[in-house]
Amino acid sequence: MMLKPALKRVPENPMPQDLGVTEASSQARPAARGDKTFRWLSFSCSLMVPLVMLAIGLELLQASWPALKQFGWRFFFSTDWNPVLQHFGAATSIFGTVVSTLIAMVIAVPLSLAIALFLVELAPPRVSYIAGTLIELLAAVPSIIFGMWGLFVFAPFMSRCVQPLLGKTLGFLPLFQGPPMGIGMLTAGIILAFMVLPFISAIARDVFKLVPPVVKESAFGMGATTWEVTRKVTIPYGLVGIIGAVFLGLGRAMGETMAVTFVIGNAHRLSASLFAPGNTIASALANEFSEATEPLYISSLVALGLVLYLITYLVQVISQMLLRRMYRSWSVGL
Amino acid sequence: MKLRPATGRRLTNLAVSVWAGASALLGIVILFWILYIVVQRGLGALHLAFFTQLPTPPGMAGGGLANAIAGTLVLTAAATLIAVPVGLLAGVYLAEFSEDSKIGDYSRFSANVLMGMPSIIVGVFAYTLVVVPLGHFSGYAGTVALAILMLPVVARITEDMLRLVPNTLRESALALGAPRWKVTLAIVFRAAKGGLITGILLAVARVSGETAPLLFTALNSPYWFHTLGEPTPNLTVTIFNYAMSPYPDWQQQAWGASLLITLGVLLVTVLARFLVRERKA
Repeated sequence: MMLKPALKRVPENPMPQDLGVTEASSQARPAARGDKTFRWLSFSCSLMVPLVMLAIGLELLQASWPALKQFGWRFFFSTDWNPVLQHFGAATSIFGTVVSTLIAMVIAVPLSLAIALFLVELAPPRVSYIAGTLIELLAAVPSIIFGMWGLFVFAPFMSRCVQPLLGKTLGFLPLFQGPPMGIGMLTAGIILAFMVLPFISAIARDVFKLVPPVVKESAFGMGATTWEVTRKVTIPYGLVGIIGAVFLGLGRAMGETMAVTFVIGNAHRLSASLFAPGNTIASALANEFSEATEPLYISSLVALGLVLYLITYLVQVISQMLLRRMYRSWSVGL
Repeated sequence: MKLRPATGRRLTNLAVSVWAGASALLGIVILFWILYIVVQRGLGALHLAFFTQLPTPPGMAGGGLANAIAGTLVLTAAATLIAVPVGLLAGVYLAEFSEDSKIGDYSRFSANVLMGMPSIIVGVFAYTLVVVPLGHFSGYAGTVALAILMLPVVARITEDMLRLVPNTLRESALALGAPRWKVTLAIVFRAAKGGLITGILLAVARVSGETAPLLFTALNSPYWFHTLGEPTPNLTVTIFNYAMSPYPDWQQQAWGASLLITLGVLLVTVLARFLVRERKA
């Protein structure tokens, strides 16, 4: 259980400052006044956090209002994005966000769970410590560095080695057709996977660690192998937490900006092929915002931002609720 | 009950173990691949001029990013100055006073959500909040965006660290007649000092590598940093602009800046982890 301060039972200021003097009201004591101020000050600071959260939503809604009024519901379904004719629709960006995030999750979830399994169950403590630290350092690498590496090293690698191979073996699927340019949806998704992997595996690691040893040991005692214990005991036991971790990674992947902007190609278009360039909400904002001058153009970009805000808010809330439920039911604090 | 033959199960187990080890290895290989590339391509750009001179126009060799280095330091410091006091106090409320308080719960929840909010959204917010009323891009807007990104991180880490301080310590200080504010600031903070410094360092490291929230707030500038009231040069946006340019000189500078940012962020992160480890030992 989280350390709950048991201070409620202790009177606010158990002893007067000066025992020799009896004071009429606690209001008059400077210490009590100081306490009141301090409490009020810290309260208003903590109130800042939800207020900022709310203010972001309201401000985005207000700034995107002109675009939403102009285009109505069509804004969310139109694939038009034409700054010259002032026609704007969010569909291509939403599609790109969903597709790149899906690719990232399909790759990152099995990898992160396997990493967590390795760190908790298989590796000797010292190896586990070093490997765990290195994987967490991957999360500290700034997004723009992933972008530089992605654009100048990983995208050429994809176009030379990976994409021709995929085209040859799975080319009958529309997903893997088209010229292997290196830059595009698939490359962006794979880089996103590397970026969210440390976040998912860190929580999955906690979840695996928190499964009571007795439960695991009894399964081992029955003669189960490590994999059987993981599949039939650990994962079902921590399922809520693992889903929470996946949602957390999902939220990160959707909002990731710089790395995606570097490698996705930034084209407002729908394409069945994963080799084709596209864009995401975040990359459209990064790419076009500082160059947009027309009020309607800016307003449409903010409206894209509002869509991203609402989606990530929802995903984060789901993830927090799942994780909180897990930690609470296991009575351990995070 | 029929027993399944053990060989099949052992083989499956072996396959999964190999898969798990390979996954961990892949993560580490990616990290070192990135580090290797950044060092290999960036090292050549880091001459003395890189740290002392202004950028040159495209096509002209030489020049440096001294203005962007200074700008990034100022932006990060300004954001830290705003976010750390507010975040510390917010964390104090969450850890010390928020028992059974609905607002405390909601504040904690919002902090967790805000930590996962895309940084580019915070950039758009700072744009509508500061850039639009002022009428031009400015360092203030960049500072606001970075401070908003730091705030929830500092608040949550402060809360966690203060909760680790044993209650007996608070009770003995209170029993001596110290007021709550003094107990928190002089006793609890001192007991949690290592953890708090670590948390702040991690928050600073995270924010100093951010690009997205600066793109349309602080923007960038090829001139020396004068005041936060105008577009402020900074390393990360410079990397973005230079990398996307067709000039090899500029791309080389971008690699130099990448190396500097990566080294800075990773060193601070490793230092912070080291502090935590010392404390636990």
